[in-house]
Amino acid sequence: MSETLAGCFCLRPSASDLCFSDPFAPHKARVFHFERGITSMESENETKTLEQEQEQVVNPWEVSAKGTGKIDYDKLIDQFGCQRLDQSFVDRVFRLTSRSPHIFLRRNVFFAHRDFNEILDAYERGEKFYLYTGRGPSSEALHLGHLVPFMFTKYLQEAFKVPLVIQLTDDEKCMWKNLTVEESKRLARENAKDIIACGFDVSRTFIFSDFDYVGGAFYENMVKVAKCVTYNKVVGIFGFSGEDHIGKVSFPPIQAVPSFPSSFPHLFSGKDKLRCLIPCAIDQDPYFRMTRDVAPRLGYNKPALIESLFFPALQGETGKMSASDANSAIYVTDSKTDIKNKVNRYAFSGGQDSVENHRKYGANLEVDIPFKYLSFFLEDDEELEHIRNEYGSGRMLTGEIKKRLIDVLTELVERHRAARAAVTDEMVDAFMAVRPLPNMFN
Amino acid sequence: MLNCTSINMFALQQAQQINFSQYEHPAVMTVEAQAKYVGHIKAGLSKNLFLKDKKHRFYIVSALADTKVDLKVLSQRLGLGKGGLRMAPEEAVAEVLEVPLGSVTPFALVNESARNVSLLLDQGFKTHECCFFHPLSNDSSISIRIQDLDMFLKSVGRMVAYVDLEANPPVGKDQPPDLAALVPSDTPSLNNVLDKTAALQINGDVKSKPVAVTAAKVSKVPSGPQKEKSVSTANSSSSFADPERFIQEILEKASAIVVAESKEENIKQHGDQLGSVVSNSLRKNLSLELIHLATMFKNTAYTEGFGAGIRCPAKRL
Repeated sequence: MSETLAGCFCLRPSASDLCFSDPFAPHKARVFHFERGITSMESENETKTLEQEQEQVVNPWEVSAKGTGKIDYDKLIDQFGCQRLDQSFVDRVFRLTSRSPHIFLRRNVFFAHRDFNEILDAYERGEKFYLYTGRGPSSEALHLGHLVPFMFTKYLQEAFKVPLVIQLTDDEKCMWKNLTVEESKRLARENAKDIIACGFDVSRTFIFSDFDYVGGAFYENMVKVAKCVTYNKVVGIFGFSGEDHIGKVSFPPIQAVPSFPSSFPHLFSGKDKLRCLIPCAIDQDPYFRMTRDVAPRLGYNKPALIESLFFPALQGETGKMSASDANSAIYVTDSKTDIKNKVNRYAFSGGQDSVENHRKYGANLEVDIPFKYLSFFLEDDEELEHIRNEYGSGRMLTGEIKKRLIDVLTELVERHRAARAAVTDEMVDAFMAVRPLPNMFN
Repeated sequence: MLNCTSINMFALQQAQQINFSQYEHPAVMTVEAQAKYVGHIKAGLSKNLFLKDKKHRFYIVSALADTKVDLKVLSQRLGLGKGGLRMAPEEAVAEVLEVPLGSVTPFALVNESARNVSLLLDQGFKTHECCFFHPLSNDSSISIRIQDLDMFLKSVGRMVAYVDLEANPPVGKDQPPDLAALVPSDTPSLNNVLDKTAALQINGDVKSKPVAVTAAKVSKVPSGPQKEKSVSTANSSSSFADPERFIQEILEKASAIVVAESKEENIKQHGDQLGSVVSNSLRKNLSLELIHLATMFKNTAYTEGFGAGIRCPAKRL
């Protein structure tokens, strides 16, 4: 270890979004392939490095399909060793919660899981669980893709009547994006407002920022987790190198320990066996594999996971999402005209190049972005089916489906904005206060 | 010309012991014109730009007449990218600042509509004993000491930020935009003002920070959720704190659906089943939205209780 620590802030592209809510992962082009060095984490099948290097790559910092194709999710599930969420799960959720399953379940947006069946089994026996999700507050502008996991988590909270902890990893962004401490804390609070605007119930939700909350029992768990993961292992998982500063190396436990109820003594004291369910995008899976590996050694339950697809960029699934290209996504601050322009000009269409061809062959629904977006956000299953038939057969034209999408997105964004306007700083303080939640399971 | 806004300023002067001198003159649209009337007086002339960014946020940049202001540089320093800032359209001056064209002034920030406008003041103002600004119209100019301008702004709950407008620091991956904290967020509240003044990393005056904290405490406390300014949408946020308005909103939405469903064709089609058709439509279309509304209502009520609780802890242990 005679390397100098020249340049404490990492000069090479490295792990930037360890945190969950970035299902737009396809835009991240990092160079590191993580599977090297991982010995068995879970007993499920894990493919070898060599095969993987020619295939698609999915990990918290890089998501790229094979060639210019789309992500092969079946292969991904095999590779990671998680399970597919099939229709029987959706039905079971419907039975247990006595309400219509969320659109993201019906449309297979959340399509993979680990141990979700155990969560449901326990729930049926009367054992509750809590939810854990989070965001790395790197920027003020949130787009729809960022909201996806939060919208789903809100549904889970309501349907199962369980509490939720939301982690804002301001320390992570401070370290990886080289923000000042004040700026990351400020962004964390700003993002908290958008998160609250998704409709979380304050009597069941605890939002915390790492800078504010780390300490006490949370820190004790961090140390316990840190003791169980060797330096070589984190290098293997996260690709750290000798030039990376020690802040990065010691960060992973911070994201692991919210999976353990003892990290929140003001909420779950005495409930050490309470299970945890983590909704996230599938590129976070490797990260939580580390957590699940450590959990039994600490005498905790392994957290369960429920995982989503990547939200496509406006330009299509193979397009590059980038923070500097405002036209690759719909932002929650976009006006009606912005949305209209973005969809009309940039949304990749699967329609044919001429009206005649379109009427003849119909649209390619596999790549059509308006249709994809509608499948995420159009509540009415029947209407979506109707559009599928009409557009797929060519009777409906691109302009029409785009118009429908614009209406749906505008309604969504405006509702979010109205809710966001009602979120005051005091409300953020209330959500972030370290307080008991007496009715969190009612 | 006295109007209710001038009266406000006089009242404030009384309350805050702020001295200023007002000079009336014919309406002026440029600094040069203004200089003709008050240029002989020893006070710095200001030019005031009203700007807008791509996300429809507004800024007033108030600078000494000689200071060079480069919008491209400012845009980058604010974290808006290149070309993110432009002059706001003329309608916005009237709509947001509620002043006539040619009267852009920091004083416009007393208006509710300008709540979310961010103010950047030229550091250069501090080199002058007094500086000239328009009150709320351009047919007079006010010469005021910079400290008094500070006090006035803080007394109306505004953050004060002095910026070296001619500086051009590099902005890149490892150098975050130095003025990013000045980009308006949605609802400034007391805490926000304090946080932001503490967070400024600009070439600010160290002296101004303690003043900010104490002045902000003295200022009128922005009232809680009830008075929050609603963004240009139908759902006024105050309906989340007021049961009556909340119910009105629900009834409006429900009525709209009932009326829409009770069309002649539906009556013909469903006859006496129309009731259940309408009822189903209500459930289908409104459930999610009403749950959302109700959750916000609950959150607002909880927050009010929380606020009361931290200020006056319960005696019961």
